[in-house]
Amino acid sequence: MNINGVDIDDTFAEAFGMKATRVLVTAQNLKWAYHAANAATGFATSVIACGCEAGVERKLEPAETPDGRPGASMLFFAMSGKELAKQVERRVGQCVLTAPTSAAFAGVDGGDPIPLGKNLRFFGDGFQLSKLIDGKRYWRVPVMDGEFLVQETTGMVKAVGGGNFLILADSQPQALAACEVAIEAMRKVPNVIMPFPGGVVRSGSKVGSKYKALMASTNDAFCPTIRGITKSELAPGIESVMEIVIDGLTDADIRVAMRAGIAAACGLGAANGIRRISAGNYGGKLGQFHFRLRDIMG
Amino acid sequence: MSPLTLTLKDAPRQRVDCSALTPTRLEGRSLRDIAAIELPCGNRKPRVDALFELLGDDTSNLVIRNGCDKLDRIGEGMFDGAIEVEGDAGAYLGLGLRGGRISVRGNCGAFAAAEMKRGLIQVFGNAGDFLGAALPGNRQGMRGGTVIVGGNAGDRCGDRLRRGSILIEGNAGEYCASRMIAGTLSVLGTLGAYPGFAMRRGTLLLTSLPSSLPATFGDCGTHDLRFLPLLIQSWKSLDSRFARLAPSARVRRFMGDLACDGKGEVLVWA
Repeated sequence: MNINGVDIDDTFAEAFGMKATRVLVTAQNLKWAYHAANAATGFATSVIACGCEAGVERKLEPAETPDGRPGASMLFFAMSGKELAKQVERRVGQCVLTAPTSAAFAGVDGGDPIPLGKNLRFFGDGFQLSKLIDGKRYWRVPVMDGEFLVQETTGMVKAVGGGNFLILADSQPQALAACEVAIEAMRKVPNVIMPFPGGVVRSGSKVGSKYKALMASTNDAFCPTIRGITKSELAPGIESVMEIVIDGLTDADIRVAMRAGIAAACGLGAANGIRRISAGNYGGKLGQFHFRLRDIMG
Repeated sequence: MSPLTLTLKDAPRQRVDCSALTPTRLEGRSLRDIAAIELPCGNRKPRVDALFELLGDDTSNLVIRNGCDKLDRIGEGMFDGAIEVEGDAGAYLGLGLRGGRISVRGNCGAFAAAEMKRGLIQVFGNAGDFLGAALPGNRQGMRGGTVIVGGNAGDRCGDRLRRGSILIEGNAGEYCASRMIAGTLSVLGTLGAYPGFAMRRGTLLLTSLPSSLPATFGDCGTHDLRFLPLLIQSWKSLDSRFARLAPSARVRRFMGDLACDGKGEVLVWA
């Protein structure tokens, strides 16, 4: 398959089942909602060392938020429900509770409830108050700027993490330019996040390492600077490879996002140095979800 | 199917216990069976058809016509369905209500909505004393659901209120929210003396400063409380003036009763 001069490899992205939730953060204005959301979803690129993968899903208009203020929607993904609950509580406690004028609400109504403000309320030292409104419990925690309003729980649902594709280009600036247009297109898709910095990862990994202590190491088959001394996947002329990783609430959401991203990257075409689109997998033995590039773009 | 309509023939001389006439208790019963139910009335037990004319067959939807203040315990303990009273209702309206909806076009007596757990009670006229309260000797009053009063409420409204909302469009009498444990009580009119007496937690939401507050309440100043727009939004579906309130978050806050835990709040829209 070739789109606009870009070869689409006959391969697949391999993804895993995860647990996820959505949390809505609101504030006096969008600037402060984003300060809180960016902090809460910071250092959450990979479950390997961050505990969870998280990102800002989208901006929320006042009419879309429970308290009628501007806000942002955040998605959190983890490998287990227990870890997700720990990460959400820790991040909302340290980054949203602390952010001026902020409030936090559940973004998923169904699923299994996990604590949002259920334990954070104890910061109120006995002065916290609860309100049950329309069957949902909220906690009002007195803080120095007024009152922190937080919903007691948020819903945890099954999700998919690790959808991905690789962009192979003639040069590093061209690979990055293609990633940028892809991310811009993918950010319009609901229910997904691209957790790496700017949505792009340049250090794709393979399973295992020559060092026994490491579970993963650099994906040498796609590293251009060692092309001559390893079993490389790169043809001559490919100077840079970048990856976009996608976590979504469902596999269908990831398919939509991958299609949007690949289409946008291919839009630049061979004329702009984009040569190939490939994907990362582990031979299909580890992940429950396989996203075949040619099926998605077909 | 048409609503089961019970039209009161004559105002009874004694109080009538109408607790047997709920959609829950009448479910599956024929009109003949219903007519034969005996209702306690003083030291007698007249049959339903001796007091009411019966019409219709939908027992999940009851209409009581020519209601009067001697018809007690209407809707007591019902789980679902609807009761509409055209006229007045007596005491203990919706006592221990567990679901469904009761509406009274006129006034109701004391202890309406006492110890109710779920559902909606709407009184278009005035309500008597101890609205949403606990029965004497019991520790908790209303524990859930919503009560709307279009007119005024009597004394001790929300006494020992534990959860749920009491919304009064008119005025409330003395000792409003007395011994309140939690929940929300809002009054659009004025209050009698001693509001919030022995209040432990919960919210008494007002449109104007009460003429007096117990000395055991502390003025916490004027603030934006973000839960208020959510609370007001939750009233939008009600057939009430509360549905048309502006979603203002700015209130003056008093906290008390410091003689009794002190976590209750009296909020007055600024």
